[in-house]
Amino acid sequence: MKYVVAIIQPHTLEYVKKELYARGVNLLTMSEVLGHGREKGVTEVYRGNKETGNLMRKIKLEIAVNDSYLKPTIEAITTGAKTGETGDGKIFVMNMEECHRIRTAETGNKAIG
Amino acid sequence: MKRFGMALSFLLSFAGFALAEEAAVPAINSGDTAWILIASALVMLMTPGLALFYGGMVRRKNMLEVLMKTMITLAVMSIQWVIIGYSLAFAPGNDFIGGLQYFMLNGVGLTPQEGSTIPHQLFMVFQGMFAIITPALIIGAFVERMKFSAFLIFTVLWGTFVYAPVCHWVWGGGWIGKMGALDFAGGTVVHINAGIAALVTALIIGKRKNGTHAPTPHNLPLTVTGAALLWFGWFGFNAGSELAADGVAVSAFVVTNVAAATAALTWIFLDWIFTGRPTMLGLVTGAVAGLVAITPGSGFVGVGGALSIGIAAALVCYFMISVVKPKFGYDDSLDAFGVHGIGGMVGALLTGVFALEAIGGTKGLIEGNAAQMWPQFVSVIATIGYAAAVTFVIYKLIDFAIGVRVDKETEAIGIDLVEHNERAYTLFD
Repeated sequence: MKYVVAIIQPHTLEYVKKELYARGVNLLTMSEVLGHGREKGVTEVYRGNKETGNLMRKIKLEIAVNDSYLKPTIEAITTGAKTGETGDGKIFVMNMEECHRIRTAETGNKAIG
Repeated sequence: MKRFGMALSFLLSFAGFALAEEAAVPAINSGDTAWILIASALVMLMTPGLALFYGGMVRRKNMLEVLMKTMITLAVMSIQWVIIGYSLAFAPGNDFIGGLQYFMLNGVGLTPQEGSTIPHQLFMVFQGMFAIITPALIIGAFVERMKFSAFLIFTVLWGTFVYAPVCHWVWGGGWIGKMGALDFAGGTVVHINAGIAALVTALIIGKRKNGTHAPTPHNLPLTVTGAALLWFGWFGFNAGSELAADGVAVSAFVVTNVAAATAALTWIFLDWIFTGRPTMLGLVTGAVAGLVAITPGSGFVGVGGALSIGIAAALVCYFMISVVKPKFGYDDSLDAFGVHGIGGMVGALLTGVFALEAIGGTKGLIEGNAAQMWPQFVSVIATIGYAAAVTFVIYKLIDFAIGVRVDKETEAIGIDLVEHNERAYTLFD
C-alpha cells in the first residue's frame, strides 16, 4: 500500500481529478496550502509596506492506493497537472503501514478502495 | 380685480402669521428637520463603517477586537453624550467649557433654539454622532494590543475631557469659534483631535510584536465596504453640518464627493509611481484622506478648492505614511494620525486658503483675505497641544491603575480569543 502526496497548481485540480477518476482512483483528500519550489514569488504592497512574499497558493492531494494503482495514479496526476512551466509541482510516494475503513472495520488492501 | 384682492389678502395673512411666529418660539422647518434626522443617521452609520474599514486591515485573530472597540464606543458615547457630554460641549458656559445645565438633557427640548429651525434635541443627537465617531478613530493607533477594559475607561475620559472641551472651543461658543476660525464639520474637533491622540497613544503603547514583517490586511473587501459606508455617511457629516436643507448643504455635499474622488485618484497614481502598482488599499485610503481634509472647509470652499484639497491631502498623507512613519518607526498601526491627524491639519489650513465669501460668508486667502490664515493656524496648534497633553495624562493614569497594554501571550494568541473568548472566523463549520 502506498500513500501519494502531490502538490499541484490550483488551476489544474479539475483536470487532475478527471484523470484520476478515469483510471479508477476515486478516493482522495484535498487541502489548500502555501508553498513554493524554484519559482519566484509575488510582491505584495500594503500602504507602501512591501512584502516580497514567496509563498504561493498550491493544492495538496493525498491519495492512499494499492500497489497496482500507484503507476496509474502518478500518470493521472502528471497528465492533469503538467503545464510545462516551473511550478507544476511534485509527487511524493510513501510506504503505507495500515489502512482501516472506519464504518466496517475492514483493514489492508480491502479498506483502500 | 376682486380675485387679485383675494389672492393678495390670502398672501398677506401668511405674512402676518409668520411675523407673529418669529416673535415667539422659532418655527420648526420640516425640510431642515427631515434632512438633519437623516444626516444624523448617516453619521451614525460611519461608526460601524469605520469598524469594517479598520477591521479588514488587522490580522484575522484581532478582527473582533476592532469591531468590539468600535461598537462599544457607539454604546458608551451615546450614553455619555446625553448624560454630560452634550452639556459640557454646548451648554452656555465660558470660553473653555460649557456648563452643566443640560445634564441629562435638562432643558434640551423638542423646539428649536434661538436662530435654529430644527428641534434642540435633533441638534444634540446630530452632534452626538460626531462625539461617538471621534474617539473611535483613535482605535487605529493601538489595535491588536490594548486591553478592552483600559479602552472603555480611556474612551469615556477622552470623550469627556478632550472631545467636549475642544468641541466647545470651536462650535459651542468658545474661544476658537469667537476668534473666527473656520471649521465646518470637524477638521479640528474630530480629525486633528483624534489624530493627535492616536499619535500619542501609539508612541506610548509601543509597536506590535509581529515576527519578521508587518501585519498585512486580512480582509480588504471588508475594508472597502467600510470605506464605502464612510464615504456615504460623510455626506451626512459634512452636508448635515449646515443644520439646514439649503444651498450650502448642497455645496458641502458636492465638494465632499469631489475631494474624496480627487484624493483617491491622486493616491493610486502615487502608488503606481512609487510602488509600481495601483492598490485597492491605496484607493480607499486616499478617498478617506480626501474626506478628512475637506471636512473643515466643506461649507466654505468651492469645487476648485475641493480639487486642490483632495490632491494636497493625498500627497501629504501618502508622504507621511510611506516615508515619515517608517523612518521614525512608530506603529500608528492603521494610520489614524497619518490620515486623520495630518489630513485634518492640511484641511484646516487650506480652508483658510480656499474659503469663498459667496459660499460660506468668509473670504479666504485666494480672495485676498490673508488674515484668515491666523485663526486657522491657531485652531490647529491649540487642538494639537491640548489633545496631546490631556491624552497623555489620561493614558498614564489608566496605565498606572490597571495597565493599558495586553501581555505578550495575549498578543501572540490574539485578543479575540483571549479577551472576548470568540473567533471571528470559524475554522470548520
